[in-house]
Amino acid sequence: MADGTSIPIGAIAPGKTAGRRGTMRKFAQRRSTIGFLLCLPLILLIAGFVIYPAFYAIYLSMLNKKMTAFVGLGNFAFLLQRHTFQLVIFQSCLFAITAVVLKAFIGFILAHLMHNIPGKNQRIWRGLLLVPWVIPLALSTLTWWWMFDPSYSAFNWVLNQFGLANVPWLGVGWIARFCTITVNVWFGTPFFMIMYLAALKSVPEQLYEAASIDGAGTMQKLFFVTLPMMRNIIAITVLFSLIVTFADFDIVRILTAGGPQDMTHVFATYAFQVGIQSGDIPLGASVSLFMFPILAFAAFFVLRGVTQRTKEIAT
Amino acid sequence: MSASATARRVAVAAERKHSLHRQRLWALWGSYIALGVFVFMFLVPPFYTLITSLKSSAEISAQTGSPWLVHHPTLDNFWYLITYPNFQTYYLNSVLVTILVVAVSMVISVLAAFSLSRMGFWGSQTLSTGVFLTYLIPPSLLFIPLFQIIGAIGLINNFWCLVLLYPTLAVPFCTWIMIGYFSSIPKELDEAALIDGAGYLQILWRIFIPVAMPGIIAATIFAFTVSWGAFLYPLAYLYTSNQMVLTVGIISDLIRGDVFQWGKIMAACLLASLPPIVIYAFLMDYYVAGLTAGATKG
Repeated sequence: MADGTSIPIGAIAPGKTAGRRGTMRKFAQRRSTIGFLLCLPLILLIAGFVIYPAFYAIYLSMLNKKMTAFVGLGNFAFLLQRHTFQLVIFQSCLFAITAVVLKAFIGFILAHLMHNIPGKNQRIWRGLLLVPWVIPLALSTLTWWWMFDPSYSAFNWVLNQFGLANVPWLGVGWIARFCTITVNVWFGTPFFMIMYLAALKSVPEQLYEAASIDGAGTMQKLFFVTLPMMRNIIAITVLFSLIVTFADFDIVRILTAGGPQDMTHVFATYAFQVGIQSGDIPLGASVSLFMFPILAFAAFFVLRGVTQRTKEIAT
Repeated sequence: MSASATARRVAVAAERKHSLHRQRLWALWGSYIALGVFVFMFLVPPFYTLITSLKSSAEISAQTGSPWLVHHPTLDNFWYLITYPNFQTYYLNSVLVTILVVAVSMVISVLAAFSLSRMGFWGSQTLSTGVFLTYLIPPSLLFIPLFQIIGAIGLINNFWCLVLLYPTLAVPFCTWIMIGYFSSIPKELDEAALIDGAGYLQILWRIFIPVAMPGIIAATIFAFTVSWGAFLYPLAYLYTSNQMVLTVGIISDLIRGDVFQWGKIMAACLLASLPPIVIYAFLMDYYVAGLTAGATKG
């Protein structure tokens, strides 16, 4: 963890005389007071707009719709029984897992391709590949929506040129799910690419040379040198992306708004529809809170991965 | 005889070297072709945005010929938007919110990162772990209780609520990047400054900020990206056009009922994506370095 306390306070040359020790202690005290004061804005921000809302969400989720009576876990039980919410759980998992696997896979391929070409050309190619990730997601999703438009779809025009029939991109459940995942993969792959490229560059060249001398082929080098060396980065990136993708809002909201027949809703869009649009704040809050266990699970492993990584670098 | 054997061996070696060279060349060209295919696929949507933005509404609805080409290019859509008061308001609001958010986030995170990387105080380790965990909290987890809180403060439908809320999304990661950069500064540097009688803020201002400038740039770009592109908070908390920012403004203003003015929507998307594209074009290297460093080291 980014070794925070750099100079252990007690270790600063323990003074020999009592007077000097007193000065030392005063110095250390003053130092930690200033340190705390510098952190105060951060602490206030997190306490006011993250920790307090988190507890407030738990409180809200236990109220009835008019927020007049305490219903305990009633909202959660009600949600779990609803067919729509069961769909939401399924779709969120499907969306997140499929998209992350595809992003990780394509990102890995792209990183390898980039690693193959000479360094001086990498910059321009990287710039081009990062374009999807640079455009604000809400805006690029609008373009995708326009390309999927039922009557003017640019994709359908291409299909027609090849003699194929029109596809109702956002009108049929499974196709719409496929479309939302496609947009997410398009947007998120560049992030994986740059992370993996950085990791690839950090693998020492000697390892590959040693493997070559031992007679390893391309595949063997990939599985026994590259992947083990990149394991930690892959884990961190995948888990991090899992959190972001799982909680995604923009794509589904703009592309389908949850339709057709609630077949693309994910937690965030469903919480928005229930909580903000229909005005059932407590129910919306409980929908959001359902994300918490999986987020906490992923966060735990990300944190562990980062800590391990820091230790590896330090040693 | 021995001479001819040597000659043959040399020839074989040369051929192997040649084939190895050819193999490398093939791998190189294969990589370029594959990258080209990916770039093509990745750039289809931005390209289509550009094409549509140059078309008039009549050409879009006529549906003659390929939608991928523009037959009568016109800049009317852009001119309409530039002179459209609502769009100007969205742009100004976005710029104002972003500048304020970036400034606030950077001040908070640089001060905190300086303290967390150099001055230990009771609980500072827990705090830096907590900062990282906060970074992992997505906006869609807490937007409903925040809706109530913002309502209680009286900032619903007021873009100042974004200035309050966006830092919660930007500050954790900015602090995290800055802790990484500050920790890599040799401790002798600030010890020497301390002995020379510099105060902590002087050390921060005169030594840490100049030395960690690449990190500061990366963190600034991150804060900018978050604040420029965020969609959920403005969609949930703003509803009149004089308070909206670009992301929601484009969607709620230019889409009226079932009438889609696609040419104008796409032109608006282009104009709104311009600042991030320009910033990334110049400062991409810093950002990528900061981002990869943020995930690979502490």
